[in-house]
Amino acid sequence: MKKMLILGAGTAGTMMSAKMRRALPADEWQITIVDQDDRHIYQPGLLFIPFDVYRARDVVKPRSRYIPPGVRFIVSPIDVIEPDDSRVRLGDGTLLHYDLLVIATGSRIVPEETEGMTDTGWQTSTFDFYTPEGAVALRNALDDFDGGRLVLNVVEMPIKCPIAPLEFVFLADWFLTVNGTRDRTEIIYATPLDGAFTKPRASEILGHMLEEKNIGLEPLFSTGSVDGEKQVIRSWDDREIGYDLLVTIPTHMGSETIENSDMGDELGFIPTHPNTLQSKGWENVFVLGDATDLPSSKAGSVAHFQGEVLENNLLRIIDGRELTEEFDGHANCFIETGFGKAALIDFNYDVEPLPGRFPVPGIGPLRLLQESEMNHWGKMAFRWIYWNMLLKGAEIPGIQSRMSMDGKWS
Amino acid sequence: MTTTMIAGHEIEINDDGFMLNPDQWNPEIANELAVEAGIAPLTDRHWEVIDFCRRDNAEKGTPPGVRRITKNTDVSMKEMYTLFPKGPGILAARVSGLTKPKGCI
Repeated sequence: MKKMLILGAGTAGTMMSAKMRRALPADEWQITIVDQDDRHIYQPGLLFIPFDVYRARDVVKPRSRYIPPGVRFIVSPIDVIEPDDSRVRLGDGTLLHYDLLVIATGSRIVPEETEGMTDTGWQTSTFDFYTPEGAVALRNALDDFDGGRLVLNVVEMPIKCPIAPLEFVFLADWFLTVNGTRDRTEIIYATPLDGAFTKPRASEILGHMLEEKNIGLEPLFSTGSVDGEKQVIRSWDDREIGYDLLVTIPTHMGSETIENSDMGDELGFIPTHPNTLQSKGWENVFVLGDATDLPSSKAGSVAHFQGEVLENNLLRIIDGRELTEEFDGHANCFIETGFGKAALIDFNYDVEPLPGRFPVPGIGPLRLLQESEMNHWGKMAFRWIYWNMLLKGAEIPGIQSRMSMDGKWS
Repeated sequence: MTTTMIAGHEIEINDDGFMLNPDQWNPEIANELAVEAGIAPLTDRHWEVIDFCRRDNAEKGTPPGVRRITKNTDVSMKEMYTLFPKGPGILAARVSGLTKPKGCI
């Protein structure tokens, strides 16, 4: 019996376990998936908790419910990966040997990386919304917020769902308007990037939206420290921004297991071939989702698009065939812009987000890089698609793993 | 892509002003790029960073980000912002004759 081992039962790992169980004969391949707990978080939903659109229970379900029959699920901390010996040591010392390893251990926020962030004010005036606990605490703080200066800062790149911080300030503008406190609130978006977003066209259009919504932009602001006593964030080049409420996107790193295994870069992300998804270090180790060091977005849509390429390549390596270099960095992200509207972006390694229609060229119904109510309903419907289709490794009609230029206005 | 004259050499650059071919780079060019960027004259500390960026790019095929630079040299994050103000990773790559580090989005 051959052994495939998947580390991480989040979006990427769960989806991959379903795809590979369907693709591989049960009498030839045993598939095992390991995660440290049995709590699957629908991460795109975290954004909505602070604004009372979703509750924590809407975004958390047992991982075990989504692991398909025929796949062994082990709940255990992962101590270390020993790729030279093709084995993984679990927290209790159990050794798991593998023929093929898929690493999908994701990324996590590490607020402790920034001086002062978790000292005075952590979760009383400084909040994250990348964890259910942080999002709920922020919900309570926003409920009590009676105006002042709300600052959102992105500490450093890369982060998960790079559009989420912008969505947060758009939704805060909406939420505070509806609650009657917007006129006594200043909203500031501080980012280490040189504009609202990394890519020129999207940056220009999203920057314009910030202006329209009277949200201040503080570009090239790399946060060096947080002073919770004075309620000030300080950049490495000594600029200061005062705040009454700080919503922070902390430094992101890969799983501690990757660091313990000495397989990652300086942030614990694994060097990965950008088109085949094979790890650069080991032939029988593949990586997908947030755990890679690739310059694609750390987002569920990317894991989904990678999944098709990875399934193909796992089957190819089993057959001793050459790997395909099909992954093109494709990402597809809704951008909630408040007041019941959203925008949508579709892009890859080489092509920046452009305006147009999606998924049917010229028709839509979704609009690229433009606000519409239909886009908002698309985002809301996505939660159902996530639990019922994406995690099961099903194809989503009309959505291709490779990006298409059809319907885009260049 | 266009070509431009830097320190008497014809150099290929992209629209953002980053050199396309690291092999066309030499220390004289670095000095002139530093003048353009307003950080001249280059000190030993600048050179420590530039040398690492060149070496790392040759090894890995991509220019290092600022965190990677501080982890592999004795230059601190704070000092990086003094040596290469505003966007230190981007500016260090530019003066080192490398492409713009790929921002993850």
